[in-house]
Amino acid sequence: MTPAPRSPEPSEAEPPDVPGFQTWRGVYLFVFGWFVLVVVLLTVFTGIFS
Amino acid sequence: MNVVDWIVLLGTIVGIAAYGSWRTRQVRSLNTYLRGSASTRWGTIGVSVMATQASAITFLSIPGQGFESGIGFVQNYFGLPLALIIVCAVFLPMYRRLNVYTAYEFLGRRFDEKTRLLGAGLFLLQRGLAAGVTIYAPAIIISTVLGWPLDLVIVFTGLLVIVYTVTGGSEAVALTQKWQTTVIWAGMVTAMVVLLLRLPTGLGFTGAAHVAGALGKLQAVDFSLDPSRRYTVWTGVFGGLFLSLSYFGTDQSQVQRYIGGASLREGRLGLMFNALLKIPMQFVILLLGALLFVFYQFAPHPVFFNQAEWRRYAQDGRFRAIEAQHASAVTQSQSAIRAWLQARASDDAAREASARAAMITADDRTRAIRADAKAALVAADPRAKTKDSDYVFITFILTQLPHGAVGLLVAVMFAAALSSKASELAALGTTTTVDLWRHFRPLAAADEARNVRVARRFTALWGVVAVAFALFAGFAENLIEAINILGSIFYGVLLGLFLVAFFLRRVGGSAVFFAAATAQALVIVMYFSLNIGYLWYNLIGCAACVAFSVALQAVLPPRARADERRTG
Repeated sequence: MTPAPRSPEPSEAEPPDVPGFQTWRGVYLFVFGWFVLVVVLLTVFTGIFS
Repeated sequence: MNVVDWIVLLGTIVGIAAYGSWRTRQVRSLNTYLRGSASTRWGTIGVSVMATQASAITFLSIPGQGFESGIGFVQNYFGLPLALIIVCAVFLPMYRRLNVYTAYEFLGRRFDEKTRLLGAGLFLLQRGLAAGVTIYAPAIIISTVLGWPLDLVIVFTGLLVIVYTVTGGSEAVALTQKWQTTVIWAGMVTAMVVLLLRLPTGLGFTGAAHVAGALGKLQAVDFSLDPSRRYTVWTGVFGGLFLSLSYFGTDQSQVQRYIGGASLREGRLGLMFNALLKIPMQFVILLLGALLFVFYQFAPHPVFFNQAEWRRYAQDGRFRAIEAQHASAVTQSQSAIRAWLQARASDDAAREASARAAMITADDRTRAIRADAKAALVAADPRAKTKDSDYVFITFILTQLPHGAVGLLVAVMFAAALSSKASELAALGTTTTVDLWRHFRPLAAADEARNVRVARRFTALWGVVAVAFALFAGFAENLIEAINILGSIFYGVLLGLFLVAFFLRRVGGSAVFFAAATAQALVIVMYFSLNIGYLWYNLIGCAACVAFSVALQAVLPPRARADERRTG
């Protein structure tokens, strides 16, 4: 009952359908940018309160 | 706990489990049982991934970690968003294209059956060992503080999760996790609001944060390159990246959460949801612990938070003297903190520095007395449990929250335990069925109803094993670290297998199989002979597996290389 391999999903090449993002690469860059921002904010937080 | 707390606790925990079982009682399709509903959207996948990772230990131990050591543990999660991006871009599309039920099926397609069995075996070994811990950890704490029989808590938790996971498989897991997560966040927000309201008048969040920071609890980031430091930005980014990549990319309990769903897009967005929220979420839970530290500077509290353990040994005058010294030190510490707050408001830098030094000295004295208390416990009985930070948050819940909220917060612990346990059981049952049972009974693979029956039996069996393990095994005191250490020992090599599969097309099954076995042996030897931060073992295991694979492939006899290229 092992399912057969799928043919490539249409969505694999499709845009992410998220407002403001045309490609998945854009989504990943946004997430990476968010991560950098969080680390910067935590560094600032450490500087203020330590 | 009074009758209102019991109604809230049982109403939420038993109610959600019963609802999950009832809604999924008709599941007959193997696909739905193993991968969940084919119409699952990204929100459900995202919550399911989050609920799988956040066990009861997250909500019991991490506030305690913030209380005891500050919020630096948040760095442990720095590699997570980067890992999830890689999983989204590389792992998930491949899993969906091959339409596999488990991550280890992919290894079988890419290499050979022995490598698939090795991958599945490493997962079953690691996750099977951890399975007992994830039931035991919250049970020991809850049973200790509430005075409930430990065995009863373990059996109750175990049976509840077995019933609905066996009934509805992955669909029941995802359905119940949505409601359990709602309970968890309702409870945690309630606890945070009550904590802020209970801080001394005039202190507020900012004042409390300044006190916590001055006493070393709010150093979120540490850029030190000292390899013996457990939590730094570098261990978090590099070690954490490898730990997260192996956990999210190769651990079936996570892969099973996002491999199904309506489309590739839903899985990807569910993972990105976690990439955005995980670090802030852990930060808030750790901050709760740091604020608890400040709260207890102004509120009466025991010298040792595991009061059941303390009362067991604290019989003679030495313990009474320690309690008296602690009460006196807390009073002095309070005065020193108030003096520092006044000095800080005065804009007199010299006065502020002097008051800060006095406050730190007073805190050091309190810490020293707590250390004396632990030493006294060990002197009374070397087997005494000396780690009490796991009891800080539950003590706050039971002594400071109003009735109803106490039941809700105890429900949070059970909900978290059930949600992560359910994913584990489903994954263990699925891997045993798909990668082991069907491997040895290939003809049975065509009988869908039989496959579902077998998957149910293996899921139940793993549930019983986990409960038995929790009932009869003794565990390390620092439970969250015990799980992370166990993961770090096995995950690196498992990740190495997958990285070779994805990125080194020329390497075949025999080379990667023997390379992984050698790398695993190396990591185990290093763990017992070196003293380095355990997160590094993720990187070492992974790097060793990849390097040995390349080297072995280069020295394999020409015939074997030709075979590898044909099959690989």
